[in-house]
Formats: sequence, C-alpha cells, structure tokens
Amino acid sequence: MTDTTSSPQGESAGPARRPLTISPHLAKRYARERLFRTLGLASVATAGLILLVLVGSIVSKGYSAFWLHHVDLTIEFSVDELNPDGGPIEMETLQKANYLGLVRDALKREFPDAASDRRERRKLYGLVSPNADIMLRNMVLNDPSLVGTTQTVSFKMSDDMDTFAKGFIDRDLPESDRRVTDAEIKWHDHFEAEGRVHVAFNIDFFTKGDSREPEEAGIYGALIGSILTLTVTLLVSFPVGVMAAVYLEEFAPKNRFTDLIEVNINNLAAVPSIVFGLLGLAVFLNFFGLPRSAPLAGGLVLALMTLPTIIIASRSALKAVPPSIREAALGLGASPLQVVTHHVLPLAMPGILTGTIIGMAQALGETAPLLMIGMVAFIVDVPQGFTDPATVLPVQVYIWADSPERAFVEKTSAAIMVLLGFLVLMNAIAVLLRKRFERRW
Amino acid sequence: MQTFIVVLALIGFAAIGYTMGRARAVMTAGGVPKDLHSLPSYYGSYTALWIGLPSLILLAVWMIVQPQIIDGLVMGGLPSDMTAGLSDSQFGLLLNDIRNVATGNISSRGDDPAVAAAATQLSSLRHTGFILMVVAVFGVGAGGLAFARNRISPTLRARNTVEKVINVILIISSLIAILTTVGIVLSLLFESFVFFTKVPFYEFLFGLNWSPQTALRADQVGSSGAFGAIPLFVGTLLITFIAMVVAAPIGLMSAIYMAEYADPRFRAFAKPMLEVLAGIPTVVYGFFAALTVAPFFRGAGESIGLDVSSESALAAGVVMGIMIIPFVSSLSDDVINAVPQSLRDGSYGLGATKSETIRSVVVPAALPGIVGALLLAISRAIGETMIVVMAAGLAANLTINPLEAVTTVTVQIVTLLVGDQEFDSAKTLSAFALGLVLFFITLALNVIALGVVRKYREKYD
Repeated sequence: MTDTTSSPQGESAGPARRPLTISPHLAKRYARERLFRTLGLASVATAGLILLVLVGSIVSKGYSAFWLHHVDLTIEFSVDELNPDGGPIEMETLQKANYLGLVRDALKREFPDAASDRRERRKLYGLVSPNADIMLRNMVLNDPSLVGTTQTVSFKMSDDMDTFAKGFIDRDLPESDRRVTDAEIKWHDHFEAEGRVHVAFNIDFFTKGDSREPEEAGIYGALIGSILTLTVTLLVSFPVGVMAAVYLEEFAPKNRFTDLIEVNINNLAAVPSIVFGLLGLAVFLNFFGLPRSAPLAGGLVLALMTLPTIIIASRSALKAVPPSIREAALGLGASPLQVVTHHVLPLAMPGILTGTIIGMAQALGETAPLLMIGMVAFIVDVPQGFTDPATVLPVQVYIWADSPERAFVEKTSAAIMVLLGFLVLMNAIAVLLRKRFERRW
Repeated sequence: MQTFIVVLALIGFAAIGYTMGRARAVMTAGGVPKDLHSLPSYYGSYTALWIGLPSLILLAVWMIVQPQIIDGLVMGGLPSDMTAGLSDSQFGLLLNDIRNVATGNISSRGDDPAVAAAATQLSSLRHTGFILMVVAVFGVGAGGLAFARNRISPTLRARNTVEKVINVILIISSLIAILTTVGIVLSLLFESFVFFTKVPFYEFLFGLNWSPQTALRADQVGSSGAFGAIPLFVGTLLITFIAMVVAAPIGLMSAIYMAEYADPRFRAFAKPMLEVLAGIPTVVYGFFAALTVAPFFRGAGESIGLDVSSESALAAGVVMGIMIIPFVSSLSDDVINAVPQSLRDGSYGLGATKSETIRSVVVPAALPGIVGALLLAISRAIGETMIVVMAAGLAANLTINPLEAVTTVTVQIVTLLVGDQEFDSAKTLSAFALGLVLFFITLALNVIALGVVRKYREKYD
C-alpha cells in the first residue's frame, strides 16, 4: 500500500520536466484533434449537402410538370367539315367526323402564310397536342348543338412548345441547336402577344395513364398499379411474416433446424433484389404460369423480398415484450397460444406495424425485380384488377427517364416527387406510430 | 377477379360457420358454456377451419389443374392437320392465339374457323369449369361444416385441435423463408445448367469477350455470340470500388462523428437525415446519376481536357457510393456504440486526446464490426441494379479506366431479360448464369460479414 502511494510523490519530484516533454507535442496533438473532428463534421455535412443537391435537382427539374401551357384557338365547328355527306346529323357521323381538320383549319386561318410550305405546315399542326381532335370529338359528342357554331377552345400545347413556353429553351441559341424552329417561336410570340397563351394546372398528370406524348402522360395508371401490387404484397407478407416471427420467437425449439431458418432469413434480407426478380420469372411466371406484367406476380415477388424485413422487425418487437407478462398469463391458466394472441401480440403490434410500414416503403420504391417480370411494358390503360397488365411508380420513373423527349425529364422528376411524397408519408406514419405507442418496460 | 370473389365468399362461409359452431357448442352443453371442454369460440374456430381449409386447398389444386386439362381438351379437339408436325413453341403460339380469340383480343389467326371454334370451346369449357369449381369448393365446405357440427360435443377438445392446426400453419409460415432460398437456388441452378450445356462453364467464367447474341441464320455475320463474363466482373468490381472509395471514408467518419462527438441535438437532426438518404429509391439515384452527375463529370472532364464518357463508371460509382453512405454509417455507428465506455475511459486516463482514443482504441476494438459493415456494403454495391442500369453503359469494355463506360452483371441481367425472352436460347439463359454468380458472391460476402459481426458481438456482451 505504501509503495503505491509513494510512487506518485516520487514522480512529482521532477515537476519541471513534464511540461517540457509534453508541451511541444501538445499543440500538434490538439491540431490533429481539431482536424479529425472537422473531418467528421465535414463527412456528415457532405451527406447532408448531397441530399440537398439530390432533392434540389429533382424539384428544380420537376416542379414545372405540374402545369401546362394552353393556347386558345378559334374553332369553327362547320357543318361541311363535320358532316360532309349532308343529311341529318347523327351521333354516328359525329363520331367519325374529321376533327383533326377543324384544328388544322383553325391554325391555317391563324397563319395563312405558313400553309404553303409542307414542312412548315407540319410544324404548325404540331403546335397543339396530337390529341386535340379527341378532345374536340368529346366536346361535340357531349354537346351536339356546338355544330355550326364558332367557339374559342383552349388546347394543350405540344410538349416542345410547352417546354419553350416554360422558358427551358433558350431562344438566343442558333436555330439548329434548339428543339423549336424560328417559325414556332414566331407563332408562340404571336399568341403570347394576343394574350391567348395561358397556364393551367396539369390535372391530367394525376388522372391519366402513360402516353407517348409527354403532355398527355400521367401517373394515375402507375399509382393504381403500385396500390394493387402493394396490396398483394401486404396481404401475403404481413400474415406470413408475423406468423413466422411468432413461431421462431415464441414456440420454436432451439435446435439446428431453427438455427438454419434464422441464418436463412438474415441472408435473404441481403440477397440482391434482382435475384428475387429472377426467382419470380422462373417460378411464378414460367412454372406457375401467372400472367406477365400483373400486380399479382409483382406483389408476390415483393412479398418474398419484404418478408425478411417484416420477420426481423416483428421478432425484435416480440422480444421486447417482457417475459413477466407471459408468465403471468400462463399462471392464470392461458394456453401458450392464448398467451401470444391475447397478450404478447397486441403489445408487440406497434413495433410490428412500424416494421411492416418500413418494409412496404421499401417495396414501394423497388424497381429491379419488377423489370424481370415484365412490369416495364408500355401500358396506357389503368389496371382494373390484380391480373391486368400494370406498371408501378418507380418503374414508370424508369420508363420515362429512358424516353428521349425533353418534356419527359420534368415528368420523371415530378413522378419522383410524388413517389418521394408517398415514401415520406409512410415513414412519417411509422415514426408517429413508434412515438405514440412505444413502451419502455 | 372471379376467383378472388370465390375466395372472399369462402371466407364469408367460414365466418358463418364460426357462429354456427359456437352456437352449436353452447347448445350441446345445454346452454351452460362452462360445461364445455374449451371456450365456445374455439368450437367456432374448429368449424371455420373445417370449412375453410379443405375448400381452399381444393381451390388451389383446381386452379393449377384446370387450365392444363382444358388446354389438352381444346388442342385435342383441333383438326389433326393443324396440330400435326408442330414444334413445342409453335404449339404454344397456336394455343396463345386461341386464348387471345377467346378473351376477345385481336389475333393473327382470328379469322380461321378452326381457331374460332376452338376459342368458343375454350370459353365454354372455362365457364363450365368455373361453375364446377364453385360447386365442388362449396360442396366440400358444406361437408366440412356438417362434419364439424356432428363432432361438436361438450367433450370435444376443440382448443387443442385448433391450436395444433395453428401451430402447423405457423411452422409453414416460417418455412417459406427456406422455400424462397431453395426456390432461388433451384431456379438459378436449373436455368444455368441448361445454359452451361450450350456454353462451356470455363468459357463463361474466364472468357474475355461478352456479346450475348444467338444467330438467326447459321451463315450470319458475327453469328457466334461470346459469353465470356470477365468484362462484366471487372466492370462490376470497378464501379463497386469507386462506390466504396466514396462511401467508406464518408460513412465511417460520419459514424465516428455521430457516435463520439455529436451532441444529442445534432444526432437527432443528422440521423434522420441519413435515414432519408437511405430511404430514397434506387431508381431516383439512377435518374440523378444519369441526368445530373454524369453530365457534370463530363463537363468537368472537358474543361480540363479529359475525355469522359457520358456513361462513365465514375458517375455510376460515385452515386452508388452516395447510396451506400447511410448503410455504412448506420452499421458502423452500431458497432462503435457497442465498444464499452471503460476502454475509452482507460485511454483518456492515460492522457490521450479524443481523436487518439478513437484512432488507437475505439476503431481497433470495433474493427471486426466495421469490416463486417464494409463487406455488407460491398455486397450491396455488387447487387445494386437501377443506378447502373440507368447510368452505366451497355457495351462490355474490358477496362479499369473509370472515365470509360463499363457494364455490370446486373445491367446485363436486366438488358437480357427485359423484352423478348426465349428460354431455349443461350442469350436469355445467360442471365440466369449471371444471376447465379451474383447470388453466390453476395451470399458469400453476407455469410462472412455476418460471421465477423456476430463473433465480435459475443466478445463484449
């Protein structure tokens, strides 16, 4: 005892030497300390900056997709054009009438000098969206009394003109370097000067399916496809995942076999998602003959993929329920299954649901396995059921990102914004659930 | 959709059976529930199980068997001169045409009377089949109900039976994970095996040339496809390497800062931010890589006189690295936090600064876990698909220059399988061989990483 107490005293005998040996290094060491700390902070800041750049670049590219430029044209619903054979006007003749001619006539009247050159004429007709005639037909079919009148009708501009009107094409560039010609700019300025160009909310983006024309394309089909697919995923993976977790956590004997299942689940969680796509292609499509491109097959693939996530989350939620609750229930005469269904599961449910929502959010953002089972097809119709061909939001993003038209860039970014919106919503619900119902035992 | 309604109806039937069974049990006990062996609800569940299980199993079997029988009948009914001498794929095409006509779609053979007749036969057979199925399924359900009702008596051990059945269902659920793995391995192995009968194994693994195509005619120019996967492996490794160069330092330093330096308020803000980065779908990263990062690198390269490909490995790799940062940082954060405080205190007591403690005590102590985290991150990067599909190239260049376009295993799987698939050509099948390689490499990395992490955890717990 005396030895140990005496040794510090012995060292303090030379107090003058210690600062001498340490202090020259000290400044250096502190500098290193500051450097290290700054590096750490810089890393976190880099991650934050990247997130800002990522979100910023998408929002700045995509915000403009939520509105479209329209142009007012004076349409003469002339009887000659709509009913060239004469005779009484019937629905059938109206159905088949040449509405495209009406639009073209209106444009020709507007710019008579452009009508001479064939190439220029085509450009002129391309000012408005190619679906203008369908819109006119629906107008007339809804209200046949329009025939014979002259109306001002508002048309969507075609994608290039819309992009120009939004200011994304520099008019000072040489004509060969931009998507719009000088003539098109002239026409646009003509309408603009007359106050006939106006901006409207792009409602079609939320109510229509895919289209080859950017101004007609919407995400509604993909959204419904995502909902149908996730429904299948949830219906399969939630019960199976929870039951598997209950078995492994509450009932399974500890032996090699259950160890194997456990290792297996951990490994499945790390298998690349594209491999699940290959599995779906080989097993669900080729072996079981499920329909291609259908939410049913896609949902099953995603269910297998999210199963490990749900099982792992459910197991940790079950593990968090204290054993005393089980023992108390057993002591009152409940059977093991009653203990689980009446007490443990309800207490673990918030944790299980949080894990499930996070798993569903992953499934919502997943693309690669769905490409394998054909959900990447160009599908205009909104899917009506689980076996209809469909696509999902992230795949729609992928399809649009691959399209060459400039206007699809903003559509893609806008679709990403919608997708991120859903993800944020789901994660917020998960966080809320955790905050609201989390219990510390 | 019709089947879906049948399933719903069956569930409804089982629900009715539940109340009936319950009521029956109470009745047999003379209205005194406490004389029953089990709670009345167990008698209800007992009845519902007897209704639901056999009928649902029958439904599933019926759904698998019926199309095959109907196809056989329809094809057998065709005039023999139409089916004679058809190969398997032609036979399939004919069958497909008939199906298309039957569902009212336009088909190339729609005006052929024999096809039209077969299509009507097909639809009528399907219709009869469906009605038969509904009758049979509900017949079985009713049989189950009658049986269960007969069995119900106060001495019937309903709870034990129901719990036994539920236990079996629980076991089956946990087996699905194993079945998935078995399904993955078997399907990959099977298709790869077919592939390796067409292309020798060593040529695939060690060949230096990748141009997956199969000849339409024997004398076609460039008819011999080459299936040497080395350029894909090199491309994958190159992009993975770039990704790890980005992700490992940033991820690790963020984890160290968050675990050791940051105060709780900063953590509360920074951790969710990293989680957001982790939650962004990969297709979004792919779009970001292709439209923002790749042009940026190209422009930057041009300004200093470098020729950067617009699908450079660099852009794909850097964005993949960004995607992996939160993965690395959250895993390392966990292991760093698991290092006991006593080790740090000991180091401080010896006069070390915080960074010295971290570098010479905390990180070495956490090293196995960090290595595990990095291995998992590498396996993530190797298997990542959408970023490389959208931002990396398609042509297989054997190069390690990060400024050139390279292709990866996952890109090739996607390009080979999106669009037309022919499961008898080496082109389509090679995707499964690539998938097999991918699966085993990532599996090996995961097993090693999980092993390392587990071993480390046992040390301090």
